[in-house]
Amino acid sequence: MAKVFIFPTTSLVLSDMVERWGHEALGAAVGIREKIQTPSLESPPLQMTPEDPKKGLKYAAVEVPCGVRGRMSLYGPMIEEADAAIIINDSDLSFGCMGCARTNELVMFMLRQRKEMPLLDIKYPETEDEGIAFVTQIKDFLAGLEGENDE
Amino acid sequence: MTIKEYIPTYVGTVTKYVFIDSPNITPQTLAIRAYEISEGLMVKETCFGLQITGEPEQVKKLIVELRKVDSAHILVKDRGFPPVDPRRSRANLGGARPGYYGHEFECGLLKFVSHGLEELDKKKPKPVPQMSKKKLDQGKLPLNRLIEIISNEEA
Repeated sequence: MAKVFIFPTTSLVLSDMVERWGHEALGAAVGIREKIQTPSLESPPLQMTPEDPKKGLKYAAVEVPCGVRGRMSLYGPMIEEADAAIIINDSDLSFGCMGCARTNELVMFMLRQRKEMPLLDIKYPETEDEGIAFVTQIKDFLAGLEGENDE
Repeated sequence: MTIKEYIPTYVGTVTKYVFIDSPNITPQTLAIRAYEISEGLMVKETCFGLQITGEPEQVKKLIVELRKVDSAHILVKDRGFPPVDPRRSRANLGGARPGYYGHEFECGLLKFVSHGLEELDKKKPKPVPQMSKKKLDQGKLPLNRLIEIISNEEA
């Protein structure tokens, strides 16, 4: 079972496909769950504390807004942990505020910097035929990961 | 400003969204099926499907069973917060919570994805029953039983 980072990190379709074919999806929900299930100081809604932008310094420089660094403290460790990644390129839904948009750019840059990591670049389907191609591509990609990372 | 200690709830559990976009199954039908087979899990019925919270292994088993109802039209996703969490629930915040806009967008594409999954299932070769070699002693009196009969006869 491989750990597959998904982008958009909140994608329903990718999260389902990865788990349907026996792998672990690394997305925003996993990071958020870890945060809200850990005792700390109360900092609603996402339990992001002033410590998180400091952790984000590993991935973004100090002059980068703390919104980006805070988000990177969630995604950065997951990108390092991932065995593979799937990116949907035309994912307008992930575009939010400027912090989200810049974090998305940095996440995709970091994923592409990891040359040794298998990466699937796709786009959302707009017809039934594209739907078949979309599902087939993901299945074939995930099938290729089997055995490589099994303990 | 006072800083309070945060004591988390539902520690060690996972929450999953189950989305259903099927012409044959409604979220209500799926919820009834989930209630039947959920052992101590928290199942919440929603307009789009279900939210299931509980121990990871139990949730996984339940989802495997639910997928059997209509595999191509049921999609599952992780959720960070438990259901009805006041920090995220729309009951407290008012209006749809931000994550739903993403779900709404992807739900519009589910018809293509489900079609792809159905076509993939059709292509899957059906399992052929394997003819195995007949064992030499198949259907014959076992040796132990024969010895037992002989020894009984002699006695």
